[in-house]
Amino acid sequence: MNNVQIMTGNSAAAIGAKLSAVQVVAAYPITPQSQLAEILSQYIESGELKAEYVRVEGEHTALTVCISASTVGARVFTATSANGLLYMHEQLHWAAGSRLPIVMCCVNRGVGAPWTIFNDQQDSLAQRDTGWVQIYCRNNQEILDTVIQAYRIAEAVYCPVMVCYDGFVLSHTMMPVAVPAADRVREFLPPYQAHTILSPEDPRNLNPVLFPWRRENSAGVLCDGYMEMRYKLQAALEKAPAVIQATNRDYAAVFGRDHGGLHWEYLTEDAELYLVGMGSMASEATQAADLLRKEGIKAGVVGVRVFRPFPAQVLREAFQKARGIVIFEKGISYGYEGALCSDLKAALYRAEHQAPIHNYIAGLGGRDVKARELADAARASWQAMEKGIYEQPTSWLNCFTG
Amino acid sequence: MPENLFKINAKEYILPGTRACQGCGLSLAYRYALKALRENTIVTLPASCLCVLHGIYPSTPVMIPCLNNSFASTAASASGLVAGLQAMNRTDITVMAIAGDGGTFDMGIQSLSGAAERGTDFIYVCYDNEGYMNTGTQRSSATPLGALTTTTPIATKQQHKKDFIKIMEAHDIAYLATASPSYPIDLYDKFVKAKKIRGTRYIHLSIPCPPGWAYPPKDTVKMGRLAVETGISPLFEIENGRFRFTGRSKSMAEKGNRLPVINYLEKQGRFRKMNIEQLHQMQRWVDGKWQEYQRRAQEQ
Amino acid sequence: MNAKRDDSISAMCTVAIGEGGKTGDWRSLRPVIDHNRCIPTVKKKAACFLCWLYCPEGVVKATMPVEIDLDYCKGCGVCAEECPAKAITMVREGEDNE
Repeated sequence: MNNVQIMTGNSAAAIGAKLSAVQVVAAYPITPQSQLAEILSQYIESGELKAEYVRVEGEHTALTVCISASTVGARVFTATSANGLLYMHEQLHWAAGSRLPIVMCCVNRGVGAPWTIFNDQQDSLAQRDTGWVQIYCRNNQEILDTVIQAYRIAEAVYCPVMVCYDGFVLSHTMMPVAVPAADRVREFLPPYQAHTILSPEDPRNLNPVLFPWRRENSAGVLCDGYMEMRYKLQAALEKAPAVIQATNRDYAAVFGRDHGGLHWEYLTEDAELYLVGMGSMASEATQAADLLRKEGIKAGVVGVRVFRPFPAQVLREAFQKARGIVIFEKGISYGYEGALCSDLKAALYRAEHQAPIHNYIAGLGGRDVKARELADAARASWQAMEKGIYEQPTSWLNCFTG
Repeated sequence: MPENLFKINAKEYILPGTRACQGCGLSLAYRYALKALRENTIVTLPASCLCVLHGIYPSTPVMIPCLNNSFASTAASASGLVAGLQAMNRTDITVMAIAGDGGTFDMGIQSLSGAAERGTDFIYVCYDNEGYMNTGTQRSSATPLGALTTTTPIATKQQHKKDFIKIMEAHDIAYLATASPSYPIDLYDKFVKAKKIRGTRYIHLSIPCPPGWAYPPKDTVKMGRLAVETGISPLFEIENGRFRFTGRSKSMAEKGNRLPVINYLEKQGRFRKMNIEQLHQMQRWVDGKWQEYQRRAQEQ
Repeated sequence: MNAKRDDSISAMCTVAIGEGGKTGDWRSLRPVIDHNRCIPTVKKKAACFLCWLYCPEGVVKATMPVEIDLDYCKGCGVCAEECPAKAITMVREGEDNE
C-alpha cells in the first residue's frame, strides 16, 4: 500500500519527525531549513502532531532545549543549517557527551565568511569530531526514511544522530516520496526509554565536573573519571555501525526500501575507476559513471551514507578491487584536504591493494556540479593514474584558482 | 523546633561538607531557597560557584535533582525541562534555573530574555555576588562602580552595575523579587510564593562573597544587611507591575533611615581604590534608584 | 518517570554527606558555645536559634543545648558574630580553651 506524494526534502523531513511522534521540537529559522520549522509548527498548532514547540531565540538554545527535554524522557527534534549549526557547536559536544538520542536534520549549506545561502557540506563536516552519528541522504525518500531510522539508532546506542541533506538541491526540490503509515512506524519505533535518573525519590546531579582520575562514591564503588566517560561515547559509536545496518535491514523488511546502511554502491561489480561522494553529489556521480561507461571507462560509484562513525571496515572491502579512486567533496578541512578523502586514505592504510586517490573539492557555496563535469574530471584523473601518476594534488572543480 | 519559631520547613536539603567557601552568602541563600521549594523541584545550573557546591562526580551534597548546563544556556535548559516535563505530563515539578551574575547579566542574557519573552513557566534565580567569583573574581556587568576585580585590578570598574531589574521588567513577567541571605525568612517567603505562581518568575539574590569582596567570612550576614540598609540592594517584589518594598526596606521607606553607602563600601577591600568622585557617583546612583522605587511604592 | 535508568551511561552523582571531605579540617577557629548565656538553654524553650538560622553550612542543630557538628563546621564565625547573647566565641584550633 503506497501513499506516494510529491514533496520537497524539507517536507519529507517534517513528515519523518511527525511519524516518529516527536514530543518536543525546538527550531530557529535559517535558510534553507526554515520551511521545515514552519511545517512542523503547522502540524503542532493544528493538532496533527501532539508536541511542545519551543519558538527559541537562537540555535544554541534550540539544541539546549532538546538536550534538557530529552533528559526528562521526551523524544525531541531540531533542524538547522550552516551558521546555525556552527552556533550550536558547543551544544553538539554537550549532547553527545550527555549520551542523548537527539535527532537533528542538517540542511547542508556553506558557512560564512563570506556569506552563502547555497549548498555545500562544510557545516556538518566541520562537526565530525563532536560524537554525533552523521548520515548523508541522497534523495527525499531517503530523508523521510532516515529520520525515522535515526530515532531507532539513537535510542539504541544513546548517541545523537544528524541527518544531513543538501540545501536547495534536496530541501527545495520536489520528488516522489512514499509516506509510510503512522501505525507501522509506531510499531517500528519502540517508545524512548531515557537512561537518565531525574526523580525526587533518587536525586542525582547530572553531568557535573569530573576529575581526571577515578573516584569512589559514598558506597565505596570506584566511579569513572572524565576519560572513562568519554571512552564510553567512543565505545557506543563503535557499536553504532552494526545497529545502523540492522536498522536499515529491518526498515527494508517492513517498508520495502533499502538505503544501503553504511554505504551503497553503483556499478562496482567490475569497476576499475571508483567515484566517491556523499549525499546528492554521489547521486550525480552515478550519472557521471554512466557517461564514463559509454566511453569505455569501467567507472563505478561508492556512496558514503554514514560519515560518522566512519565505516572504515566496509569501505576497505568496497575498494578492494579499485584501480583508481576519485573523491568529490563539498567541503575541505582547511589547511589540508577533504575530510572524506583523509578518512578514506586512513581506512585504506596498509590495505593489501593500494589504489591511487585523487581528491576534488567541488560545489562550494552552491556552485553547480554537473554530471558532465564530474565525468570530465574523473577521466582526466584516470588518464594520469594510468600513466603511473600515483599522487595528484587536491583539485578544485570548476573553480578559478589562477 | 525552629520550624515553628520561624514558620519555615525545617528540612535541610544540603548535606554538610560542601566545597563552598567559609561564610559563603550563596550557601546560606540556597539553603532557604531549597527549603521553600521542597522535593518536587528540578534545578538546572551552569558552571559557577553553585555548580561547585553541587559537588564533583560521583557525589553530591544536594538532595534535589539537578542538571548541569553550559554557561550561556541556563534559561534555555530550563525551557527544555519545562517543555519536556509538559510532554511527559509531569507538571507537578517546579523547574528552577539558577545562575550567577555572570551567567545571567552577561553570557546568559540571551537565553533568559528568550525564555522570559515566551512566558516560560519556571523560576529563574540570579545569585549576584557581583563578579565571576568561581573563576577568581573577574569583573562582570554586575560589578559595582569603583570595585577592584582581577580584570579591573588598577583602574577599578568604570561603569555602574547594569540595572537587570529594568531588563526583566521589560519582559512583562509574572513575578519579580529581590532577596538577601541576611534576611532568610523574607527570602524563604518569596520562594514559597514564587512556587505557586505560573509563568516566568525572576528572583534576584544579593550575595555577599568574602574572598571576592575582601572581608572576613564572619561578616557575611552583616554585609548583606548593610547592602539593604544603605539602599544598595533593596528588598522588594513586583507582581503584575505592582511594586512593593518588603522587610527591612519597607520599614526604611517608611522611616527614612537609609544609611550612607560609605558605611558599606569602607568594609570591603574591593573598594579600597575607589576615589571620591566615584563615591559621590555611587551615592547619587543609589539615591536615584531608591527615590524611584519609593515613588513606585507610594503610587500603589 | 523513566523505565530504563542506567547509572553507567552518563555521569549522575549520588547524594552523600561530606562531598568535599571533612570540611572541619578547613578551620583555624572553632565555635565554642557558653550554654549559660545561650538563650534557648537559659529560657528552657525554643527561642532565638539565630545561629541555626544563619549558619551557611547547616551544621548547627537547633536543640537544647545547641550543638555544632564539628566534623563539618568550617569555622566561618557567622554564628558567633550574629549571636545576640554573645554566647559563642571563636577559639583558635589547637588551643586548650573549653
